[in-house]
Amino acid sequence: MDVLLDNLDLYGPFFWTTIKLFLISGVASLIFGTFLAGLRVSPVPVFRAVGATYVTLLRNTPLTLVFVFLVFAYPLLDIIDLSYFTAAVVSLTLYTSAFICEVVRSGINTVPVGQAEAARALGLTFTQILGQIVLPQAIRSVVPPLMSMLIALLKNTTIAAGFSVAEAGAIRQYLSERGDNQLVGLLWVALGFIILVAVLSFIQRTLEKRWSVAR
Amino acid sequence: MKIRTLAAGLLVGALTLTACGKEGAPSGGTGDTGTDAAALPTYTVAQNVDVAGSPTFAKIKGAGKLTIGVKDDQPGLGLKDPTTGKFQGFDIEIAKMVAAGLGFDESKITFTTVDSAAREAAITNGNVDYYVGTYTITDKRKTQVSFAGPYFMAGQDLLVRKDDTSITGPETLKGKKVCSVTGSTPIQRVRDQQLTEAGNIVEFQKYSQCVEKLITKEVDAVTTDDAILKGFAAQDPDNLKVVGKTFSQEPYGIGLPRDDAALRGKVDDLLQAAIDDGTWQKIYDATLGKSGSAATPPAIQRY
Repeated sequence: MDVLLDNLDLYGPFFWTTIKLFLISGVASLIFGTFLAGLRVSPVPVFRAVGATYVTLLRNTPLTLVFVFLVFAYPLLDIIDLSYFTAAVVSLTLYTSAFICEVVRSGINTVPVGQAEAARALGLTFTQILGQIVLPQAIRSVVPPLMSMLIALLKNTTIAAGFSVAEAGAIRQYLSERGDNQLVGLLWVALGFIILVAVLSFIQRTLEKRWSVAR
Repeated sequence: MKIRTLAAGLLVGALTLTACGKEGAPSGGTGDTGTDAAALPTYTVAQNVDVAGSPTFAKIKGAGKLTIGVKDDQPGLGLKDPTTGKFQGFDIEIAKMVAAGLGFDESKITFTTVDSAAREAAITNGNVDYYVGTYTITDKRKTQVSFAGPYFMAGQDLLVRKDDTSITGPETLKGKKVCSVTGSTPIQRVRDQQLTEAGNIVEFQKYSQCVEKLITKEVDAVTTDDAILKGFAAQDPDNLKVVGKTFSQEPYGIGLPRDDAALRGKVDDLLQAAIDDGTWQKIYDATLGKSGSAATPPAIQRY
């Protein structure tokens, strides 16, 4: 308990940064991942190719490498200056979107083809079919894997500690220098993550119940 | 359509290339490791050593070999030569000197790289027999491990670009971007004393990454102990300099298991002897002394 109370100045702000990182990149990943899934099922071959290339590239690149690129290589290109926090959000989003895309796409595959065909017969455009007919049904069936991706994202935020973002992953290094017991300190970090994941699991259960599809 | 595909392909290719080029490549430097191997002293291996009441010594005596925890990325202090795999520097020589005094020649030593944040665990779990790697003695750390020494007195300082005259000490850091290793004492000091704004504090895993950012002008100063900074300045004297106004006291000690007072006394004796007979000075001159600044041996603090 001492380790936690003596270092509340670390735990509070650092976990808050973790939560901010998670919320911003979580929302961004859901949006961008769904957009990518749209590309992957679009009737235009080039869009499909771009989507497939993106997913292959990002899904096969370690997250740390994505961070290294954005923090050490990207600034040399002299385009737009990113703060380290923004760079972390961008890295996490680019990486997680590739996985979200595939989850959403697998959801789209669960929607019977007849739905899309009926919509097309009514004269709806591709965007309308996807946005109003297919996606609402698709997302319902993939709530558990989507939530798993978000939980993975939450834990992946700890990588940002190595790239100048002071979040929960950096607490151990701070404790080590302060001379506090790191193992006890890590237990508190673990507890923090368990609480955050419990919240996500609760949201998952609620959504599953509300959106359950009778087949 | 073709042009679009091509552009996408090129972009992807360019991204991959830049990423690969940067990965694992620290700032250029001259390849100087900061150690003059020819000038190093040799250590007489003691015979029939016994440290009564030391569990650590009993263990290494039984095994006939010794594992020492060190750093591998600090020029002049503890640096692993990537081509030969050998460790070089001031800390490494102190470690060898102590090993010789305990009766182990160089061939019986295994050097293991241990990160700052893993030091206490490595010592407590017995992964290393002792640790020599810019390990500052503090009272709080003494509750987990024990320290022999100090064998060197360092102080927090600033590394800046050679042409930068605007930074002359800690009080001139306001508005400047300051970099150090994640969670390290120097960066915590900068934060606590508000030497610069919170938004200007940059933290990476390794000092070499900070130095890289310093050269590309994305940060204005790298801060940590002067001993570490001198090593980097000695590697790239055309671009970098140490400000030379220390603003803390960092006594470096040899980390030992907490319950081993007997071995601590023995290592203190060995350090004292090396200071008295000039070996310490020879080690300094062949390693950190190459940066051009002098140093005096610290007084051993027994407890």
